[in-house]
Amino acid sequence: MLTISNLQATVADKPILKGLSLTVNAGEIHAIMGPNGAGKSTLGYTLGGRPGYNVTGGSVDFDGQDLFELEPYERAAAGLFLGFQYPVEIPGVSFVQFLREAANAQRRGRGEEPLSGGEFLKLAKEKAALLRMDMDMLKRPVNVGFSGGEKKRAEMVQMGILDPKFAVLDETDSGLDIDALRIVGEGINAIMRKPNKGVLLITHYQRLLDYVKPDKVHVLAGGRIVKTGGPELALQLEEEGYEAVA
Amino acid sequence: MSELAPLPTRKSEAFRYSDIDALAGVWPIAREELLVPTGQSTSLSVVEQGEGAVARHLVIEVEAGAAFDLRILNAGNVFGRIAVEARLGEGASFTLGAAQLGSGPQTLEIVTEVSHDAPNAVSRQVIRSVLGNQATGTYLGKVAVARGSDGTDAEQSVRAMLLDRTATANAKPELEIYADDVKCAHGCAVGELDAMGLFYLQSRGLTPPEAKRLMLQAFIAEAFTGAADEERLTEAALARLEAML
Repeated sequence: MLTISNLQATVADKPILKGLSLTVNAGEIHAIMGPNGAGKSTLGYTLGGRPGYNVTGGSVDFDGQDLFELEPYERAAAGLFLGFQYPVEIPGVSFVQFLREAANAQRRGRGEEPLSGGEFLKLAKEKAALLRMDMDMLKRPVNVGFSGGEKKRAEMVQMGILDPKFAVLDETDSGLDIDALRIVGEGINAIMRKPNKGVLLITHYQRLLDYVKPDKVHVLAGGRIVKTGGPELALQLEEEGYEAVA
Repeated sequence: MSELAPLPTRKSEAFRYSDIDALAGVWPIAREELLVPTGQSTSLSVVEQGEGAVARHLVIEVEAGAAFDLRILNAGNVFGRIAVEARLGEGASFTLGAAQLGSGPQTLEIVTEVSHDAPNAVSRQVIRSVLGNQATGTYLGKVAVARGSDGTDAEQSVRAMLLDRTATANAKPELEIYADDVKCAHGCAVGELDAMGLFYLQSRGLTPPEAKRLMLQAFIAEAFTGAADEERLTEAALARLEAML
């Protein structure tokens, strides 16, 4: 579903990704772990198409399409979702308005009929309930005044509403207390654990993986995948550290 | 300002950033006088989005305990100048919410002088400008608090968003205070759309113009919040924004 081949990327002319390769098949959830500065967030932003993150080599095939041929909004319409490590505050724009426009922009991009106001609200309520988020919070401006944990839960509500084929989740577990971690973990499973979907979970800690069982765990260091294993690799990393394992 | 006055030059502070050639075509500017009698409330919306040059000069007397709510959408195609002189009586209230939207070789300006001539009057001014290409947007706003006008509460919030590096925003909020017990606040900022915010919206599926429009809609919203015809003003502003992007 997502095949990254020898990906190289720079930020401000500095090489960060130096030949990264991995493949996530439909129905799989992969975790990427790695020390600070390894290039984890750069991988997420490069896949999402953030300006300033320049691909200098390699390729990414997403469901049969060359990902880098697509603009960020086209990637979203094609079914890619990027969960932000630091969700952005947008004063004055309500979540409800933003998400309805986003959902309908994606549908338009796929040649589907837009959702009516009623249909959208029903969908939003259902996904907010899944993440135990008060619907009133979605009437507020995007992420403004939200705690770190609320922002991350709101990211998952967005993912539920947009219903992507593939999600790249950048440290979705950071800033969450233990109850919120479980809720978010269960939310990821409910939304994305499906035979036709895939997930790349970027994380620092093994905790989230107790709830979202990965099919594979990759260690990213120095801009490359240096080791790949099963869920037991995450436990080993937690015990022994990156230096010992990778 | 008399109707017989000669055409000003840019040496005159109130016309420093004006388009004098365009101004010549509409000179002299007629004074439009409004009176809000004691204890009454009135509102007015000024929407300028025509093809030609426009210059207006509103002179408003807000008597004791009266309230005046003025909203302006200044989005003409060539030259739009709206000057407002407001004189506030004791305990009077004056609200100005204005949006200036320009994306061509156009000059838009709002020039205000709000005089707190008696105690306890309140004035609130919110000016939002969105400027692209070669557009110039100006706000010159003076708040004058006369001797003895204690309890004055005056606020000016002036922000401009530049869509292109070639656009120009001028802002000069100015306070002239001769009373002791007053609260006068002014804030002024000129900036560009937040790149990270735009990427965030696009990563959710909005096209670049849709993402910009959503952020700009939020940016100007405050100018029309609480207006009697908030919906009509917002719709007109949105239509203009869409055309600009």
